[in-house]
Amino acid sequence: MLAAMQPTTTWYLVLSALLFSIGAVGLMVRRNPLIMFMCIELMLNAVNLSFVALAFRFGDINGQTAVFFVMVVAAAEVVVGLGIIISILRRRPGATADDLAELKG
Amino acid sequence: MELVVFVLASVMVVAGAFGVILRPHPVHAALSLVLTLFGIAVHFVALGAHFLAAVQIIVYAGAIVVLFLFVIMLLGVDKSENLRIEPLPVQRPLAIVIGVGLAGLIIAAAVRARDRIAEGPALESGGDSNIKALAQNLFADHVFAFEFTSVLLIVAVAGTVMLTRREKRGDAS
Repeated sequence: MLAAMQPTTTWYLVLSALLFSIGAVGLMVRRNPLIMFMCIELMLNAVNLSFVALAFRFGDINGQTAVFFVMVVAAAEVVVGLGIIISILRRRPGATADDLAELKG
Repeated sequence: MELVVFVLASVMVVAGAFGVILRPHPVHAALSLVLTLFGIAVHFVALGAHFLAAVQIIVYAGAIVVLFLFVIMLLGVDKSENLRIEPLPVQRPLAIVIGVGLAGLIIAAAVRARDRIAEGPALESGGDSNIKALAQNLFADHVFAFEFTSVLLIVAVAGTVMLTRREKRGDAS
């Protein structure tokens, strides 16, 4: 009976919600800017998973195209973000996210 | 069979996600992120998105995580963070409450919409047809957005090079 059960789209959406929430909690809790970036990646992946699950369910390829664009934008975002982190940490080694308040005018 | 794949990949995803937020060492967190990304790729294969699964492995696990590890090594921040220190006293309980609330709300929305997404034609998931369909959609319907992503990548790369360039000594600006 158990082998006959098929994972439905709702299961994928629930997994995606869990992953998104874990990423959000990590973003709020961790202070290392690199790990905060990894948590943003987790949240983006959660959204990608729900896009693909719904594209599968409705037979619509547009969902997969959206995931493709999300991946491209995520790559660009990581490049720019890591550049900013490098230039900050080069000036102040060991800076945490709290120290970035100096960016205020 | 699908159930076994789903459960195993989901365990990978959730374990990796907890590893990212709980491991004090940034390198361990990056490797946990790889675990999560592989689990997502397995889900993509199970959902018939073969091209996206390959891109997920190549771009995310191959390029982005390597970039993270490269920056960790470059900056020499590869030492464990002491997670016992809690600079803002109520931050962690509040973050956990918000996270559980967020998960509850999204799951409630997904469960409420269960009937509307219960039935529907499944996407054609043959090996080649997925790539063909994606290519036709990408290059016919979304060709402007596709070209625009190349502009985005160029701008991102040029901006990062400008941002991280060391200024020459004696340069007044």
